[in-house]
Amino acid sequence: MMEKIRAQEVYGIINKHNKSKEQILSILLEIQEASGRNYVPEECAQIVAQELGLSLSKVYDVLTFYAMFSLKPRGKYILEICKSAPCHVNGSKNVRDMFEKELGISIGETTEDNMFTLQYSSCFGACDIAPAVKIGGKVYGNLNEQKVKEIVDLYRKEGQ
Amino acid sequence: MAKTVKLLSENFGKIRPDSLEDYLNAGGFEALKKAFTMKPLDIIEEVKKSKLMGRGGAGYPTGSKWEQLYRIEKFPKYIVCNADEGEPGTFKDKLILNYDPMKLIEGMIIAGYVFNSNHGYIYIRGEYPDSQNIMQTAADVLEKTGYLGENILGSDFSFHLHVRTGAGAYVCGENSTLLNSLEGKAGRPRKKPPHLAEVGLFELPTLVNNVESLANIPYIVLNGGDKYASFGTEASGGTKLVCLSGNVVNRGVYEVRFGTTLREIIYELGGGVPNGRKLKLVQIGGSSGPCFDETLLDTPLCYDATWKNGITVGSGALLVVDDSNCVVDFVKCITEFFVHESCGKCTLCREGNKQLLKIINKFTEGTASEKDFDAIRRISDAMTNGAFCGLGETASRALTTCLEYFKDEFEEHINGKCRAGVCSFEKGGE
Ligand SMILES: Cc1cc2nc3c(=O)[nH]c(=O)nc-3n(C[C@H](O)[C@H](O)[C@H](O)COP(=O)(O)O)c2cc1C
Ligand code: SF4
Ligand code: FES
Repeated sequence: MMEKIRAQEVYGIINKHNKSKEQILSILLEIQEASGRNYVPEECAQIVAQELGLSLSKVYDVLTFYAMFSLKPRGKYILEICKSAPCHVNGSKNVRDMFEKELGISIGETTEDNMFTLQYSSCFGACDIAPAVKIGGKVYGNLNEQKVKEIVDLYRKEGQ
Repeated sequence: MAKTVKLLSENFGKIRPDSLEDYLNAGGFEALKKAFTMKPLDIIEEVKKSKLMGRGGAGYPTGSKWEQLYRIEKFPKYIVCNADEGEPGTFKDKLILNYDPMKLIEGMIIAGYVFNSNHGYIYIRGEYPDSQNIMQTAADVLEKTGYLGENILGSDFSFHLHVRTGAGAYVCGENSTLLNSLEGKAGRPRKKPPHLAEVGLFELPTLVNNVESLANIPYIVLNGGDKYASFGTEASGGTKLVCLSGNVVNRGVYEVRFGTTLREIIYELGGGVPNGRKLKLVQIGGSSGPCFDETLLDTPLCYDATWKNGITVGSGALLVVDDSNCVVDFVKCITEFFVHESCGKCTLCREGNKQLLKIINKFTEGTASEKDFDAIRRISDAMTNGAFCGLGETASRALTTCLEYFKDEFEEHINGKCRAGVCSFEKGGE
């Protein structure tokens, strides 16, 4: 049942982009978002290949190349800690430690309730409020212990 | 006292990005109307006079780039705006996208008119979903009101704008890679030549310009190239959006005239280094840019290729690092970035970065020896000269320039000392 709804949604996304090969990044990003677990399932990749007239390996070439895609299910929220130089010199390592402590997981892992995945990111242009974290389209900066706690609490509540 | 200017940033925060009315009240589309009365070659002449150097990093003169594309008699041609902004420490294109999207679009329409191109693409990094929405909304408004689409302002010129996303890959900011990504492929660079002006998007002649470059075009067309040039220096016309980050009091984007010194930017606009710390190093142009110490702070901002000291403005990123940081740990962070972002197409960059990181780790672990300096030089020379694209060519620049200025600190690490107390000298430790 789940699979069927998902397939329909996938066709919807592909059609919205006119089955255009050029728009494969938008298509795959939207599928990933709709997956609820921030990943692109194989059956979806297959549909994309078929509908865009691409080989499955071409679709996987794209999926494995770009950092924003995941082939494995992740948490509902991806907490991306920037580790590029401007955030680094503003203490991004401490921020990583704070999130690890608050969530009880290490970087790269997903919480048991599948709510959060903690990972690194390259610079996302929030260097003026470094150290920064990105959660979906939202960015939080000037992080300290207090703010890290607030952010996690906020998303825990929202994710219920 | 260093001052900021408001040439390009004039509308930031003053107009609503989705309001045509606001943009028109701020003088919007006057440049486009004027452009329609001009001959394309005359517009290119103004751009040449403006001494506008590409703001994406390479600093290539925009007027020359336009002239080359103009001379190619193959159609259709495409206009592509590079809004990948992936160079760490760079966050200025985002302001243009978010606060004055219609100015960027106006610049792109003028470019379209010059090259008789009917399609423009703006490639915005996947990390900027808000900016993508703002640009799309602005484009929709302009399409409805006749500033985009068929027969713009009743002329026989048509221009369609396509807003496209990236998906997280620094190398996609490289112009040929960007075109591959726009075509729906993985982001690996193309062999050049052929130049993109001849074989670009969909193998057709293509202009690729940075957001800030294109957003300057309306001013240049409206006020003339000479007027624009007069804000800058002999070699670099106009103003630059500078992104100040790191250990500095007032981090942010500042629009300054070329010729303003780095010291003025860091101390007068940026308020200097906080917490009573001392400035240790500055990196200019993002992670691919060179590092230097305070002895070069009086250098004026300028794109001059013959610029002494080998510093380049690059994207306009200015990262200030204070003495609580360890130089070796800093270049380790930079090298990890390049290991992660290398696309893997060529061996020199794919393996070279990994090897450099291994050697840097020896320094942070206290197991390095004098011989490692030679190894670094050999590997970085090979990468700089032989890598397939600009990523590999510049990846070791932070490391080699830090070795120029801070070799003593690397040597201390050989003897198990980290003056900043950052390196713990444990294997695998940080
Ligand atoms: C690895 C790499 C990354 C780059 N990233 C960007 C970028 O994010 N934005 C950009 O405008 N130019 C970037 N460039 C420069 C582009 O290749 C190209 O020079 C630029 O878009 C041309 O526009 P301009 O002449 O207006 O600067 C990058 C170059 C390299 C080698
Ligand atoms: S230099 Fe690096 S990024 Fe460029 S093609 Fe080679 S591996 Fe890819
Ligand atoms: S370095 Fe972290 S957002 Fe730019």
